[in-house]
Amino acid sequence: MNPKTWTLRQQVERSIAAVALVIVIIWPAAGWSSYWSHTILLETFIFGMAAASLVFLSAYGGMVSLAQTALFGMAGIILGNLATEGGPGGTSKGLHLGWDPTLALVLTIVFTTMIGLIGGAVASRSSGIYFLMITLTYSVIATYTLGQVTKISGFSGIGGINRYTPGWIGDILAHPNRLYYIALGVTLFAYALIRYLVRTPFGIALQGVRDEPVRAASLGFNVPLHRTLAFGFGAFLAALAGVLYAWFAGQVAPGDVDLPQTINLLIMAVIGGLLRIEGAWIGALVFFLMQNYITTSTHVPLLGFGGTLFGGSFNTLIGIIFLAIVVVSPDGLMGLWGRLFQTRRRAEGGERPATPAAEPAN
Amino acid sequence: MSAIAARFPSRHEMGSFLSWRRLPVLIALGAVVFALIYVLFLSTIPGADGQGNWRTTTFGSAVHDPSSFLKIVLDSLTFAAALFIVASGFALIFGLMRVVNMAHGGFYLLAGYIAYEVQQGMTGQGFSLQSNEVNTWEWLVPLLVAAPCIAVVGYVMQQAFLRWNQGQELRQALITIAVSVIVADQIIAHFPRNVSGTQKFGGNAVDLTWPGWTDRFVDLHVGGVQYSLAKLVMIGIGIAVGVGLWVWLYKTKTGMVIRAGVDDEQMTSALGINIQKTFAIAFVVGCMLAALGAVVWASQSNISSGQDGQWLLNSLVVVIVGGMGSIFGAAAGAILFAFVANFGAVYLPTTGSDCCTQYSSILTFVLIALVLAFRPRGLFGKGT
Repeated sequence: MNPKTWTLRQQVERSIAAVALVIVIIWPAAGWSSYWSHTILLETFIFGMAAASLVFLSAYGGMVSLAQTALFGMAGIILGNLATEGGPGGTSKGLHLGWDPTLALVLTIVFTTMIGLIGGAVASRSSGIYFLMITLTYSVIATYTLGQVTKISGFSGIGGINRYTPGWIGDILAHPNRLYYIALGVTLFAYALIRYLVRTPFGIALQGVRDEPVRAASLGFNVPLHRTLAFGFGAFLAALAGVLYAWFAGQVAPGDVDLPQTINLLIMAVIGGLLRIEGAWIGALVFFLMQNYITTSTHVPLLGFGGTLFGGSFNTLIGIIFLAIVVVSPDGLMGLWGRLFQTRRRAEGGERPATPAAEPAN
Repeated sequence: MSAIAARFPSRHEMGSFLSWRRLPVLIALGAVVFALIYVLFLSTIPGADGQGNWRTTTFGSAVHDPSSFLKIVLDSLTFAAALFIVASGFALIFGLMRVVNMAHGGFYLLAGYIAYEVQQGMTGQGFSLQSNEVNTWEWLVPLLVAAPCIAVVGYVMQQAFLRWNQGQELRQALITIAVSVIVADQIIAHFPRNVSGTQKFGGNAVDLTWPGWTDRFVDLHVGGVQYSLAKLVMIGIGIAVGVGLWVWLYKTKTGMVIRAGVDDEQMTSALGINIQKTFAIAFVVGCMLAALGAVVWASQSNISSGQDGQWLLNSLVVVIVGGMGSIFGAAAGAILFAFVANFGAVYLPTTGSDCCTQYSSILTFVLIALVLAFRPRGLFGKGT
């Protein structure tokens, strides 16, 4: 941890990260805008984590998964079924098992991870564009299944989940800052876990499978098994995000996992960049800033439109921005950031190259 | 690359037939056989009290009610025809250019709404048309307007965004996703509108209307089945598209070039063939097939915003099950998917309190899982 041995890029990035971390930690305590801390930043943490599971699979497994939104929503639905109670004051839909919220929380994450392992096993012999197509069908099938199977969800979904939080968390409706700090903590945990996992023997083998599946197979690595386990880990991350989302929104419905939502998560991941984990949260932040400010602004500089574009809504705008990013920089903002340092490096005649172990994604 | 990895499955392992490695195969076979026996013999209709058990279905078994069974078979074929028309366009584009056109569903929806506007404009009627108010031209002209419109949209997208990054599959898929987002939003903003074009209805469900002469039932002389002529016409259109594509791809020079391009793009190009022109032709034809499918299915059912995702799913399932980039695969995938979807909707148990739950979308997943478990590239997919 000696800053003098870091490259310039590492120094800059780690300084920014440290400052950002301090800001988000003191944000609610400092009494800054609670709209930000309870909406924009919270959504950034939650959806950033879901997007991080997508980026993890893409960057380290070579699998662009569109099923993360479905897994995310399924976690919320499972939690709703297990934790909520029926009857007066309860919710109308779902199984109303009314189990202990802590037990429900653990089971939700276990079940979602298992669903991920099954889906991953089915898709594990595919990669690249085939994987994208198969996981997209998972996502759409999940939407229709949740909509059709009225016993567990139905089209209106399950509401009131945020009233059934574990006792050790307490009432998040009365104390929204608790959810903020929990989401922040889980986000940091997820980030650290991904960074740790990709350096374990499993993570290294996974990257080998990503780059050279044939060679990895001939060296004795079980390629489908590695992909399945990676997908299961992605489902675990999506489940964490899904539980937080269920507490944040209170209601989870098939509309939260439909095709537009699936694409929104992909847009967040692509805005940030599909090659670095950090990009997931940056992409989510940019997405929610645009969603919150551009759609309501009537004076957007340079564009000069009042919230609509060719008569369309925010989606037309985000579609055009998404298109522009994919056309200009397919690696997203992190790719642009990386290019900034590459040009510097060329100009200064070379810097110390980053070691592969320290910068596995670059 | 992963094809070699795909050669690792257990079916290539030596061993006796009843070894544990064969267990998944046996379970899958058993499930399929059970489903067949269930549909043919086991299922029953609800009792007089309306209650039922695991054997209770809407129509009972095929032996019990052959007429309903035949109708569902025909309904499945009708749906398969629409699926095939739409998905063969998707498969054509994917097979030649390796472009997963995520905007295919959006193009489908746009074509449906354009055709609807044209039909409303021609007949000058309100929202709902009766079949006897529509003649053959008033059905054909909307199709002949919608298909070229979609062809132009597809051509512009291909030339502007897909031509220069050939081979970057993920980037191309992301580009088509972006286009699909824009198209879906613009459809909600502008379609459908009333006849004078002053009022817009934010992507409401509307339907096209078959011409009047199709609005009657044909006696098939099998099990006393009376079947809608419009649906038989749909099956006919589906078969015609299939035969047309086969003749085009396998009996003409353009088709030969396209197949050569599928197998070895660089070599075809080196032989002095303008492969970019071929790509553009195939892309435009693929988009026009989405438009044709939209007009046909919107006349049978309806269109509304949100169906772009449904039809993207349909195309994906057909292509994943049938095998990527093969016309026969698309046909096989369409028929399998249509049968699973329709029979799942009718022949799953409808017991007591659980009368209205539909599990057919779970069956779709089961179908994909079964096919991919044994054929990772789909039924007709190539090994490489």
